[in-house]
Amino acid sequence: MIWLIPVIPLAGSLVVGLIGRRMPRMLVAVIACGAATCSLMLSAMSFARLLLLPVEGRQLRASLGSWIASGDFSVSFGFLFDPLSAIMALVVCGVGLLIHIYSIGYMTEDRDYPRFFALLNLFLAEMLILVLADNYLLLFVGWEGVGLCSYLLIGFWFERPAAASAGTKAFLVNRIGDGAIVVGLIWMILLFGSLDFRSVLMDAPTVLAYGSVTASILTLLLFIGATGKSAQLPLYVWLPDAMEGPTPVSALIHAATMVTAGVYLIARSAPLFQLAPLSLDIVAWIGGLTALYAASIALVQTDIKRIIAYSTISQLGYMFLGLGVGAYAAGVFHLMTHAFFKALLFLSAGSVIHALAGEQDMRRMGGLRKYLRVTAWSFLVGALANAGIVPFAGFWSKDEILAAAYASGHWPLWAIGCLTALGTGLYMFRLYFLTFEGRSRLDAHTLGHIHEAPWSMRLPLVLLALGSATVGFVGVPPGSGRLQQFLGQVFPVSAHEVAIEPSVEAVLAVTALAMAIGGIVVAYRYYLVDPHRPETLAARYPTLYRTLFHKYWIDELYDAAVVRPTVNAARTLSEVFDARMVDGTVNGVAALVNRIGSLLRRLQTGQVPAYVLSIVVGAVVLLGYLAFSG
Amino acid sequence: MTATVPLSAYLILSAALFVIGVAGVLIRRNVLVIFMAIELMLNAVNLTFVAFARFLRSMDGQIIVLFVMAVAAAEVAVGLAIIIALYRNKESANVDEINLLKG
Repeated sequence: MIWLIPVIPLAGSLVVGLIGRRMPRMLVAVIACGAATCSLMLSAMSFARLLLLPVEGRQLRASLGSWIASGDFSVSFGFLFDPLSAIMALVVCGVGLLIHIYSIGYMTEDRDYPRFFALLNLFLAEMLILVLADNYLLLFVGWEGVGLCSYLLIGFWFERPAAASAGTKAFLVNRIGDGAIVVGLIWMILLFGSLDFRSVLMDAPTVLAYGSVTASILTLLLFIGATGKSAQLPLYVWLPDAMEGPTPVSALIHAATMVTAGVYLIARSAPLFQLAPLSLDIVAWIGGLTALYAASIALVQTDIKRIIAYSTISQLGYMFLGLGVGAYAAGVFHLMTHAFFKALLFLSAGSVIHALAGEQDMRRMGGLRKYLRVTAWSFLVGALANAGIVPFAGFWSKDEILAAAYASGHWPLWAIGCLTALGTGLYMFRLYFLTFEGRSRLDAHTLGHIHEAPWSMRLPLVLLALGSATVGFVGVPPGSGRLQQFLGQVFPVSAHEVAIEPSVEAVLAVTALAMAIGGIVVAYRYYLVDPHRPETLAARYPTLYRTLFHKYWIDELYDAAVVRPTVNAARTLSEVFDARMVDGTVNGVAALVNRIGSLLRRLQTGQVPAYVLSIVVGAVVLLGYLAFSG
Repeated sequence: MTATVPLSAYLILSAALFVIGVAGVLIRRNVLVIFMAIELMLNAVNLTFVAFARFLRSMDGQIIVLFVMAVAAAEVAVGLAIIIALYRNKESANVDEINLLKG
């Protein structure tokens, strides 16, 4: 039964993609949302079956037959439904369904309505293949599939050059990470003779020595792939540009689901990473630095979607920080809560953009709470959850990651995480205050057209707001909540895991909370009470402000260091090697044959007596030779 | 076998006829005349065959001659047909004007 979970959206995508143009729009929406609903219900039923099984045997398997069979090596179209897959599938289907519903309203006026829903369904199918695969190769199929859908959906409005180039950028940057994964998988076949999760993860401790170079490199190759898909340093550059896509796409793919694929990959490979302490440290540090780095950029951006995009990078950094310190369950917990509140933030932002007829610049918003009540309230819930304010979802998961970082002895990472919490509160509420509170900076024309979203957009907002407020409680109390116990059997007992005093934990939680509230207070004073203070501050530290505003000039650096040399090398190759050497050789041979031919054609006079003469001369010469040669 | 003509006389005559034929093919311009010169070459060869057959007292040469005559008859039929077709197309029997296959 579990194989139906990805197959139904795939079928929906085929139907809508092939004949959707001839259907009424209502039917397109019903088929697409229906497919997502079926997957959600099947996931929920499988989840219920899983809960009925005894704890140590909690997994369902299904196979659609063999895919590759070559000697001892074989790969099947196998699906695995264990606690980790279950959480992922429920999040993907649940958030996915809400975003499908939201898109009915958001995309009403788009003429490519069927294409949009076909791609959404295709994305859902690929993502479910990714999280339900029972081997690395099928996981990689889903991995590439979501990458393709991401490219197609970022460039959905491909008439706009910015959208088309953003899609290309996302695809190319992801190629770097995917290349590392391919190398890792090939190496894995050489080491283990299999790509099946069961055999690879079971054999890992016998095949690889603890702390060995092989284990480190293998896991780092997987991690490089994860940094591409999950937008971590140094491959994060595609995600902010991906905001050129329609907002539901940003919510579904670039916040809630696809970008968490890297987190899932590492959580799934936890027994491998457990053997490579060096890799775990690198994962933790990359995650922590990315969290702080992206939060600092988010402080000064002005496009509402881009701020949320940098926030996504920052929160993904937290997840990797959690994985890196061995708190796999905490990382997945944050993945789950983040899916809710980040989808909520994106959809609320989309509602604002929808209401303002495409305006995305915060400097031309303000005071919108009066006009967009539902949107404003749900955005506020999302912002509180993102900032990690108790009791909203983000607080519980972030708190657990930070506590694990501290407990495992990575106190610098804990400090970075707390600093990031301050930044998170600040940028999130800067965004909220500038958009929804204060004086309106709209022009009269837009003000006249402003309207709250239709029900199909409000309903997902309300449901996600409820989720963002409450979903954190599945992980309460920290470290031993229902979610952690449910996931417990999948993850190895961490070597770092140290019991932590409840009092210490409380102090840690209060510290992080105080940092976040501090950020909110600063945002309140700077952006609501005295709106001119940020400008004077920016004027006082111009270098710092410009560095942040230009995103540390990383895009420019990559452009100069990677993009332009590549383009120049390609141009040199095409102009010198291809045009001169390859074409020159081919054309030269042709010219030589041509010249010889034009000499030889003079022999072909077309006149019979000339041919006869040559025959006679030949015969005489031959006879003469025979006669005189003896 | 009284007052026999030596074999060399036949061969010289045959060679002379053959050279006349070759010269005719090379020098004349009228297709019909070239055709006749080819016939002359064929018959020069026939004469050689017959002479040798007689000299060697073997029937092989005479049989070959019969074959050659049969082939020559067929060749005349085809050749004349080609010449007529050419003439109808070109209004001319001059080989110099027939050079459609010039490279």
